[in-house]
Order: sequence, then structure tokens, then C-alpha cells
Amino acid sequence: MSKWFGPRAGLLPHPLLTPILASIWLLLNNSLAPGQIVLGLLLGWVIPLFTLRFWPELVRIHKPLALLRFLGVVLLDIVLANMAVARLILGRPQSLHPAFLDVPLALKGDLAIGLLANVICLTPGTVSARLSPDRKFLLVHALDAPDGDAVIATIKQRYEAPLKEVFEPC
Amino acid sequence: MLDYLLSFLILTGALFTFIGSLGLVRLRDFFTRLHGPTKATTLGVGCMLIASSVYFSNQGTGMSLHEVLVTLFLFITAPISAHLLAKAALHLKLKSLTPPPDTDKADY
Repeated sequence: MSKWFGPRAGLLPHPLLTPILASIWLLLNNSLAPGQIVLGLLLGWVIPLFTLRFWPELVRIHKPLALLRFLGVVLLDIVLANMAVARLILGRPQSLHPAFLDVPLALKGDLAIGLLANVICLTPGTVSARLSPDRKFLLVHALDAPDGDAVIATIKQRYEAPLKEVFEPC
Repeated sequence: MLDYLLSFLILTGALFTFIGSLGLVRLRDFFTRLHGPTKATTLGVGCMLIASSVYFSNQGTGMSLHEVLVTLFLFITAPISAHLLAKAALHLKLKSLTPPPDTDKADY
């Protein structure tokens, strides 16, 4: 196995990816027919094997409940922050205080950092612009941040802390 | 009753998408403009997708869950394009309202 698919290729290199891919397949087909379930599970088994080089590290979710709560918080923030950005755009763009912020990262894993950058981009008002080569800092552009440190503290406490709890508990 | 709910969702979605596009005109440098279309649209498209899901689920052909996938793909891909655009803009040193960090020194 390892000759074809790279190191760490067992029968199930990514146990979490299999059910996710299978459910995406079922959603694509919008059906729960037994044949589709079998095909979905088959794809969920084979695709992780062929994409193993792309996802070398094993992903473990240590606290599923914390992940669910995090998703809820993010959804709520998307709605609230959308309204905030809409108000900023309709208000007076001249009085905005855009800023570049260097957010120091406590996360280490690729997936966790990726998710954090993704969430920062999804919640309006902030775009993640660049990850430093040593992965210690994430550069974030904020639309209106009169107090940059407060924004950094919010990002760290509201998004990074739960992600760390879910993926990398010490 | 359902019609009113759907109309409300679609109008809200359209409104937020419009405000997002309006941001392109009203904001004044590349980095702040980036916020309008990538952001206000998440809620805009979200509202329309909920409306679409509710409407097609009530057509008598069973649940319609394709919208869940649209949301998923959108939420995965939209931030990546925003991130790449911001990164490219930093690299090209586009005019910015705030001084960008010193990129030469850090060898990004």
C-alpha cells in the first residue's frame, strides 16, 4: 500500500473523511437509495487513499460538542457582522479606520490554521491576508478597527481558543 | 403565508448582495473594497439558498438539500479567493489607506 499512496497508508488513513465524503455524495444525488449509500462509502474509502499526499497529517476531533458550539457561534457572527458591514458601507466610508493586524497564532496544525483563516474571512469586517512563513503570525486586514488590539483579542478568544480546544488540546 | 416568508428571504438576500456590490463603489482602496463582495454576500446568498431549499422542498418531490452543498462549497471557496486576492495585492504593493506591514524585510 505505502508504495502507491505514500507513507501512513493503512486501510482507512482518514477515518473522518470517509463519512463526510459519503454524505456529500448522498447530498449531490439527493437520495438515500441503498445503492447510492454503498457507492458513497466506496468513494469515501478510495478518495482519501489517493489524496493522502495532500493531507499528510491525521485529523482528530477531540471535542465534537465544542466544534458544534463553535459552528453555531460562527453562524451567528456571520449574520451579526454582515449587518455591521452593511451599516459601515451605507454609512460614511470616509470615517472608516482600516488596519493591518498581526495575529499571533497558537495553533500548529495545517487544518486548524486553515479553518481559522477561513472563519476570519467568512465573518465580515476581516480578511486574512497572509500567513508568515514560520506560521507564527496571520496577517489580517480589518475594515474598521479603531482599536486593533481589541480585534486581535476577539479573534483569539472567540475563534482560535475553541479551534485549539477541538483540534489540539495540550 | 409561505409566499410571504419566501419573498422576505429573497428580498433580504438581494438587499445584502446589493449592499455588498455597493461597497465596491463606495469604499476607497483595494483592501477595503475586498470586504464588500466577499462578505455581505455570505448572508445574501445564504438567505436565497434557504428560500430555494424551502421552495423546492414544498414542490411535492421530497426534500431538496442541494442548497446545503452550495453553501458548503461557497463557504470553502469564497474565503480562499479573498485570501489570494489580498495576498497578491500585498505582493504588488497596491495603494492602501493604511500602511501595510514591511513585507521586504520579513521575506514573505
